[in-house]
Amino acid sequence: MTAAAPLVSLGGVARRFGNGTLALAGLDLAIEAGEFLSILGPSGCGKSTLLRLLAGLLAPSEGRIDWPRGHPGRRGIGFVFQDPTLMPWADALANARLPLRLAGLPRAEQEARGRAALAAVGLAGFERAYPRELSGGMRMRVSLARALVTRPALLLMDEPFAALDEITRHRLNDELLALWQGSGMTVVFVTHSVFESVYLATRIVVMAARPGRVAAVLPVAAPMPRPPGFRTSAAYAALCREASAALERAMAA
Amino acid sequence: MSAAPRLLLWLLPALTGLAVLAGWEALVRHFAVPPYVLPGPVAVARALAEDWPLLSASLLATLRIALLALLAAVTVGGLLAVLFAQSRWVERALFPYAVVLQVTPIVAIAPLILIWVDDVTLALLLCAWIVAFFPILSNTVLGLNSADRNLEELFRLYGATRWQALWLLRLPAALPFFLAGLRVAGGLSLIGAVVAEFVAGAGGTGSGLAFRILEAGYQLRIPRMFAALALISACGIAIFAALGLVQHLLLRRWHESALGREG
Ligand SMILES: Nc1ncnc2c1ncn2[C@@H]1O[C@H](COP(=O)(O)OP(=O)(O)OP(=O)(O)O)[C@@H](O)[C@H]1O
Ligand SMILES: [Mg+2]
Repeated sequence: MTAAAPLVSLGGVARRFGNGTLALAGLDLAIEAGEFLSILGPSGCGKSTLLRLLAGLLAPSEGRIDWPRGHPGRRGIGFVFQDPTLMPWADALANARLPLRLAGLPRAEQEARGRAALAAVGLAGFERAYPRELSGGMRMRVSLARALVTRPALLLMDEPFAALDEITRHRLNDELLALWQGSGMTVVFVTHSVFESVYLATRIVVMAARPGRVAAVLPVAAPMPRPPGFRTSAAYAALCREASAALERAMAA
Repeated sequence: MSAAPRLLLWLLPALTGLAVLAGWEALVRHFAVPPYVLPGPVAVARALAEDWPLLSASLLATLRIALLALLAAVTVGGLLAVLFAQSRWVERALFPYAVVLQVTPIVAIAPLILIWVDDVTLALLLCAWIVAFFPILSNTVLGLNSADRNLEELFRLYGATRWQALWLLRLPAALPFFLAGLRVAGGLSLIGAVVAEFVAGAGGTGSGLAFRILEAGYQLRIPRMFAALALISACGIAIFAALGLVQHLLLRRWHESALGREG
């Protein structure tokens, strides 16, 4: 990659849980600023644990996590879970502006930025809707708006679209790429899906399990934004085959 | 649901009730049961109307104790729950004693309380409170600890203070649990008040509905006894329904339990 310092680098990171599970061991990874990194790996290989380490929700048991350009700060990291994880008692706007509210920003600014974030994910006009009045895809959009409202430098996404139908997932994939492009934001996107990771990422990290570690790193050499018809192109198919083979090697290892 | 079946939904239990009352009255008349054994509904209604000044005053007295006890139960139960949620140690130290209070039958403690506390109203209040506060405490503790784990992590990620996590996350998450506890406590506060009045009434004091029942029993005024009984039931139903309405109004926009059948 470039000679510039990465956004964050993990060196020899291990994480052992209280019950003795070694979720990650000897993990080395540098995440470049502005890249769209996808993390691909079998269930239980420590993908979520890695995201939680990056978010600072967990501390590594061994190794170090460095931020050569400086830590993005409390509001510099956004997190999107597999479930929308919204507050059911609050409407879409209140959910979207939550991070700003926790930061103690003035109410007017919270509302304005919350509205803008909702509009950016295509939910203008749904500010007053409660989560249960929204479809699964729309709830995920609210969740995305909430993560984007702080304009984070690093967006961590843990299989965010896994529970959605394929049509909605493809649309959200394109919208996410559009939001990422030109934003300067770094995205780390965990997924089980080879197809999704190839479509979205500029680079794929394939992980192996027991203990979780990096098995392979694949740059995705394809134009961004993805050209129309990319999903059915031969280039896409070849990239998917390559990622698939890497995943299989990782699972056999 | 269309209008006609919905009307039927309400009409049906009302009709059942009327049929039972009519049958009761018919039986009492047919077998000429004396009113001091079993009064018919008409006699009870007459007693209710004639003794209304007396009974309504007693009703207010009982209701006042029950509602004040409920208020105290909400305050103390709610505050204790928040305290428990803030500190596991406090919970460890105090929760067993809340359970002890809960499992000891109120009829067994009421005489002691009446001896120790000079003010009768206060003693009654204390008895009713002991009965009512536990469901609020235990439900609210459960609710405060049942917030979505991922949301808790999110709050942590954004550096929420303890106070913010309590106010914006844990309290709203606990609300449905609290309200369910409140509905149970509403009925229990009335039961507690009536039981305490019985115990106190045996000692010759008090003017609540339970006391009227005892008094009517001594005087063999059975229709009045039934009238007082009907008032207690009506009171309980009213409290339950009112708290149900509160529950519905507070939860209807977001909680599954408040979803209309029609979705
Ligand atoms: N809090 C915890 N306590 C104990 N073990 C844990 C904890 N969290 C995760 N683990 C264990 O660590 C390992 C990695 O978990 P992790 O959730 O990171 O996997 P994952 O790759 O995200 O899996 P999936 O794709 O199914 O979400 C698993 O074996 C899991 O059981
Ligand atoms: Mg996971």
